[in-house]
Amino acid sequence: MLKDQDRIFQNLYNDLGSDIVSSQKRGDWVNTNELTNKGRDWIISEIKDSQLRGRGGAGFPTGLKWSFAPKEVGSRPHYLVVNADESEPGTCKDRDILRFEPHKLIEGCLIASYAVQAHVCYIYIRGEYFLDGQKLQAAIDEAYEKKLIGKNAAGTGWDLDIYIHYGAGAYICGEETALLESIEGKKGQPRLKPPFPALIGLYGCPTIINNVETLAVVPTILRRGGKWFASLGREKNTGTKIFCISGNVNNPCNVEEEMNIPLKELIEVHAGGVIGGWENLQAVIPGGSSMPLIPKEKCETLTMDFDSLMAEKSGLGTAGIVVINKDQDIIQCMARIARFYKHESCGQCTPCREGSGWMWRMLERMAKGEASKDEVEMLEDVTKQIEGHTICAFGEGSSWPVQGLLRHFKDEIKKRNKFDPIVKESKNIPYLVDQHLLDKNA
Amino acid sequence: MSLRRPAKEQPENFEFNSSSLEAAKVIISKYPKGKQQSAVMALLYIAQKQNNNWIPLAAMKYIAKFLNMPYIQVYEVATFYSMYNLSPVGKYFVQVCTTTPCMIRGAYKLVEACKEKISENESELLNNKNCSWTEVECLGACVNAPMMQINDDYYEDLDKEKTLKILDQILKGETPKPGSYRGRVNNAPENNRKTLMDIKNA
Ligand SMILES: Cc1cc2nc3c(=O)[nH]c(=O)nc-3n(C[C@H](O)[C@H](O)[C@H](O)COP(=O)(O)O)c2cc1C
Ligand code: SF4
Ligand code: FES
Repeated sequence: MLKDQDRIFQNLYNDLGSDIVSSQKRGDWVNTNELTNKGRDWIISEIKDSQLRGRGGAGFPTGLKWSFAPKEVGSRPHYLVVNADESEPGTCKDRDILRFEPHKLIEGCLIASYAVQAHVCYIYIRGEYFLDGQKLQAAIDEAYEKKLIGKNAAGTGWDLDIYIHYGAGAYICGEETALLESIEGKKGQPRLKPPFPALIGLYGCPTIINNVETLAVVPTILRRGGKWFASLGREKNTGTKIFCISGNVNNPCNVEEEMNIPLKELIEVHAGGVIGGWENLQAVIPGGSSMPLIPKEKCETLTMDFDSLMAEKSGLGTAGIVVINKDQDIIQCMARIARFYKHESCGQCTPCREGSGWMWRMLERMAKGEASKDEVEMLEDVTKQIEGHTICAFGEGSSWPVQGLLRHFKDEIKKRNKFDPIVKESKNIPYLVDQHLLDKNA
Repeated sequence: MSLRRPAKEQPENFEFNSSSLEAAKVIISKYPKGKQQSAVMALLYIAQKQNNNWIPLAAMKYIAKFLNMPYIQVYEVATFYSMYNLSPVGKYFVQVCTTTPCMIRGAYKLVEACKEKISENESELLNNKNCSWTEVECLGACVNAPMMQINDDYYEDLDKEKTLKILDQILKGETPKPGSYRGRVNNAPENNRKTLMDIKNA
């Protein structure tokens, strides 16, 4: 288990209070200007040394991302945008940072803004987190009052304004370019890339976008050194991470642990074990609903980091772990996730808009045992036609969980679904338009 | 995608009252000159708050003029995002999360409770009731599942019985205490905490 003194979020459970005085006692805002005085290049190289990877889902190296910001500020200002949209089912970690460790985020925003030369930072918070956003706003107000942000923020010589922008209930606005559209006052539909936001982002200006957790760990990394962070976890999968463990466990919780921790340890030690015992485990979604599930056999030895989960054809994603035990109908669980994606598709790519509905309807019928065997292959085909054929990664996010189900539970689906559309004509399959041709009596 | 329709009965006019006007001006100042369109989302919220928690078409027209942008673009935004109510909802607006992490911990029992206490159908505002309910997607509180949101507050770690009690309270016009209904401390594991113990006991 990670040593307590190596936990970055000492106030994860709000034992200490989130106000500025308690935050300063925990080490936030202590001589921030000493860090910035070492210069942009030092900050970026220290973050590169730490091997920090983005905590928003894609795991992109943060130091590298920051280095894409233009070195010189031209006629267009630079922006820093914080992604606090947190809508991936299974994920609820950024919320705790917003409400209990807001000063870590605000200080991280200052340092990152300095490193990428932004004077304005927007924090995009999902609308449902209105009250948590108000807590962050209170912390921002405190920081202005103490001159930690604003003109000559924290004595760094850098001017920084931070504003909150609330979303309004659209999962897709977590996708970074949809998020930018949303800040610009449009509907949140992702942009075609390239150009990438680092060059053409918010209002057409260079923009760096990071997740809440990514930015909130930055001040601690700089204070304790990139080497310290890199010493935790393993090569390219370093540091600590907040894991959210939900579903059929005895004690669902958020916990900050070392990267590469065994999944079994997270479930058994921190979350109090699977309801009904380890033997009652059916499968685990390891990184938010977009990541393919992992069946029980593999959960025994699985370790939680970007690369080991990739090797299992899944991913760490947001580290939102959903534990599903044998009391659940696994097909129904995935059908409900497919319904989520059908509901949240922004609708601008045909394969995603139409395919998400197809997957949902097919899975609903498969859960009821009303599909034919052939349809299992058809479903696989639908996922393949979505994956890689869309503007944004939502296409992968919606098709991967279905592929995961097919990879590990195909037999289960086939066992339940023996319906034969040719012999029994009583069932009407809505998308088989030329069904009448199959009807032998016609 | 989800289907969203404006209400059939619409008021003729809408304009911001003085406190809404003030709030709107503060919002617009957050964005660069000439980019006032960015404020449209926040202004829709302001309109919704002023108008009993729903946004009439007249408000969209008003906001379009206010921000000097085409009405159709305001309409596009208002219909895209699910938190803008395009028709009347209850004074207490109950949103039950039924996405998989909540579903497997019994979210549909909460839906049953809503059907029993509020109305058989979603988004139905009965005459004698001050509340309506709807199913929503993940609200980002999955380790406190099952849960629901009533207006701005989260009610967490629920079951059917607790939900029935909460609904009884709002039907009487009371505001129940938000947060965990198992007495849990935020997102810490209940009775099983292994981390940051020195701080906890300090
Ligand atoms: C459909 C979709 C939804 C996403 N939702 C979120 C989200 O809610 N929060 C988040 O931080 N990143 C989300 N992302 C990832 C962002 O696009 C982006 O990669 C991330 O914010 C970058 O920050 P990081 O490098 O610090 O991780 C989402 C991506 C996709 C494709
Ligand atoms: S993949 Fe889906 S969510 Fe992404 S842009 Fe296309 S339609 Fe929209
Ligand atoms: S699934 Fe219900 S809050 Fe996330």
